[in-house]
Amino acid sequence: MTDILSYNGGTIVAMAGDRCVAIASDRRLGVQYTTIATDMTRVFKMHDRLLLGLTGLATDLTTLRNLFNFRLNLYKMREGRLIKPKTFANLVSSTLYAKRFGPYFCEPVIAGLDDEGNPFLCAMDLLGASSNDDSFVVCGTSAESLLGTCETFYQPGLGPDDLFETISQCLLSALDRDCLSGWGAEVYILTPSGITHKTLKARMD
Amino acid sequence: MDSLISITGDGFILSAADTTSARSIVVMKHDLDKIVAIDNNKMISIAGDSGDAVAFSQLVRANVQLNELQSGITMSTSGVANFTRNILATSLRQRPYEVQVLLAGVDPQAGPALYFLDYLGTCHPVKYGAHGYANYFVLATLDRYWKPGMDLEAVKEVMRACIREIQLRLLINQPQFKFKIVDENGVREIEV
Repeated sequence: MTDILSYNGGTIVAMAGDRCVAIASDRRLGVQYTTIATDMTRVFKMHDRLLLGLTGLATDLTTLRNLFNFRLNLYKMREGRLIKPKTFANLVSSTLYAKRFGPYFCEPVIAGLDDEGNPFLCAMDLLGASSNDDSFVVCGTSAESLLGTCETFYQPGLGPDDLFETISQCLLSALDRDCLSGWGAEVYILTPSGITHKTLKARMD
Repeated sequence: MDSLISITGDGFILSAADTTSARSIVVMKHDLDKIVAIDNNKMISIAGDSGDAVAFSQLVRANVQLNELQSGITMSTSGVANFTRNILATSLRQRPYEVQVLLAGVDPQAGPALYFLDYLGTCHPVKYGAHGYANYFVLATLDRYWKPGMDLEAVKEVMRACIREIQLRLLINQPQFKFKIVDENGVREIEV
């Protein structure tokens, strides 16, 4: 296995707009160069104002999704409220770092809205080193391409519809040039009134 | 390297596994059954290291049957898939099972469900799947000829096309395949 993080493929991008966030992922599940499935979900709803995207090794993706669902359910029972995005980012970071010398091969992207409705974005590496940003964050096999497209097309203060257009175009352009990610895209737009989910048809290869 | 193929049809799943047991250049057995029935309506095809494959299939079957005896309810196919995935994922970083798995089951309400699992603990529901060298040869044929809701004859035809492809183009000789079908009546062997 040459590079564990690109074994199954996968890319995620998240962008912030005016009181909204969008997170988009591709849909390919592969085993190195063979494609096994084209309907893989990488973005998971943690609660109504928090979305978690996971790239990397698919088995660790499933393990971490189950683990965070479990931890959030416990948090909700104990605290009686939903976890804030910033707190959740810390939870994810410390969970990943706890396995410092035998890590989960997953790079998460967290997108949420805090209590005032301001966007929160965070991307981490597999050891939990987080980087918060006001504009956009990327993770996955086409991260470098995505940084380029996002830097070009991103503008601050976009509304939900414009944000959807922008993030879709950025992701689709990046997926076109990456063989390990692709086969369609899923976009989630998170606003104070709810989550919208759209599926895009990309270059299907 | 073992070949496993599974195809979903209308209310059933047809699985094929080659019957060769080999190590390095020596073929030890020509009639090994790699598809194991784990209960009345589920079967698991396992490829990989022969010791791990047998041990793993027995582990899954024993635990599923114990669970069903203790709870009195038949486990769903997705339940068994998740249970199997958990074993693979937790043992990955301790004592990995080098097995590739295709889990096929027909649930009374939900219908047929086929899961692709690999040795790392990746688990994904699919309509058709293959493991081993067959992966490289048959997925394209299945993409082209599979349609949802195919009847048994149509699925057998596609399966024959897949086997033909493997026997024609794969360097390793895999002359014999065993076929099993699972539907609402249970798991049984079948001729294709």
